[in-house]
Amino acid sequence: MKNNWWKALAAVLLLYTAVAGLLVPVPRLAILNETIRNLYFHVPMWFGMTFILIASVIYSVRYLRNPSTELDIRSHEAARTGILMGVVGLATGSIWAKYTWGTWWTNDPKLNGAAIAMLIYGAYLVLRSSFTDEQQRARISAIYNIFAFATAMPLFYILPRLTDSLHPGAGGNPAFAKYDLDDNMRLVFYPAVIGWTLLAFWLAQVASRIALLKQKVYEKQLA
Amino acid sequence: MLLREIWYLIQKDFRLEWRQRAALSGMLLYVGSTVFVCYLSFALRGGELPVPAWNALFWIILLFTAVNAVAKGFLQESRGRLLYYYTLVQPQAVIMAKILYNALLLLGLALAGFGLYAVVLGNPVQNMPLFLANVVLGAMGFASTLTLVSGIAAKATNSSTLMAVLGFPLMVPMLLLLIKVSKNALDGLEFDASRSSLLTLVALNLIVGAVSYLLFPFLWRS
Repeated sequence: MKNNWWKALAAVLLLYTAVAGLLVPVPRLAILNETIRNLYFHVPMWFGMTFILIASVIYSVRYLRNPSTELDIRSHEAARTGILMGVVGLATGSIWAKYTWGTWWTNDPKLNGAAIAMLIYGAYLVLRSSFTDEQQRARISAIYNIFAFATAMPLFYILPRLTDSLHPGAGGNPAFAKYDLDDNMRLVFYPAVIGWTLLAFWLAQVASRIALLKQKVYEKQLA
Repeated sequence: MLLREIWYLIQKDFRLEWRQRAALSGMLLYVGSTVFVCYLSFALRGGELPVPAWNALFWIILLFTAVNAVAKGFLQESRGRLLYYYTLVQPQAVIMAKILYNALLLLGLALAGFGLYAVVLGNPVQNMPLFLANVVLGAMGFASTLTLVSGIAAKATNSSTLMAVLGFPLMVPMLLLLIKVSKNALDGLEFDASRSSLLTLVALNLIVGAVSYLLFPFLWRS
């Protein structure tokens, strides 16, 4: 329990997010109406994705300094979890866009940037599967992972702010926090961000434990 | 020390390129025929190409040229020769020299392509200095992104597919900014209008260059 308190915290926070996110009163805003509750699910996905991708890059850097199978597996699973969060983020965003902007997808820098960043990380998975030698695969995908992070992050956090965009928090559009996130919403939003981020780390941890066990079984079979 | 090594490696690359002119003329012909195919396809419609289409087409041609030109950078060198370099010079010198060489090569190809493009499809550029500065930044950016990617792809089995899969998404942020600045130059807007985009481009180039510089030593070890 000493090392796993954060998993319990994640479960409690997400339970709270699900219940409070759907029940606590929200400001009545035109067009947005009740869809504003998607804020508790869509936005934390991107927070979680960013944090888990940072973790993946840290594992990659540590791998390059001091190669080990474990670090490679951890960085791979973290990147995969990041991709999962990103895809869910795109899906929730798409649903939200359908109800507020009237379309599933629109030509918008923030949306396109997010989609391209997912392509960049998709290429990471393709790259990984095109090596047969394990050490070479680990080293080169670690290199690409760092490179991909350095080019994907401007797509999320720099470029959309330079151009006009429909999306809040871009092109001079204020993010929600600026004007319509009232105190009730803050009480749910911040726990939701922490909860989803912790869930991402939990997922990555479980996935890498499975991968490590598989590796161990494989080595035993070889011996 | 590092600078001298870079200088020698660039000289070597140019000398190699000059000795086997087939590759160089092949690339020039590639740009030329692509431009001409575009011209012929649009000539069917008759009349001038609208400016946004002119702009987009120009950068797409450059993008494909860049991927083709840079891809051969590492693929073409034999394993033995690469090993030989690594015993002589620092890995940082190898990547810096390749990036600079590719940037110069791409710049040459882009200018040649632009010349032909302007002759057949018309030249609507109103702010020439800005447009040329943008092309220079574009050549640098394409070169710095694609050089490391071609190094990575050269290690894998299906390298030509991988080059496109890895390269295109990574180039998008740069390409978007380039097209935007280029549109400003085409419309003859003041320099101030594109200042922030140009600075972001320079920053992106620096980030990508620095990351390549740091990562390449790990790449060549394998």
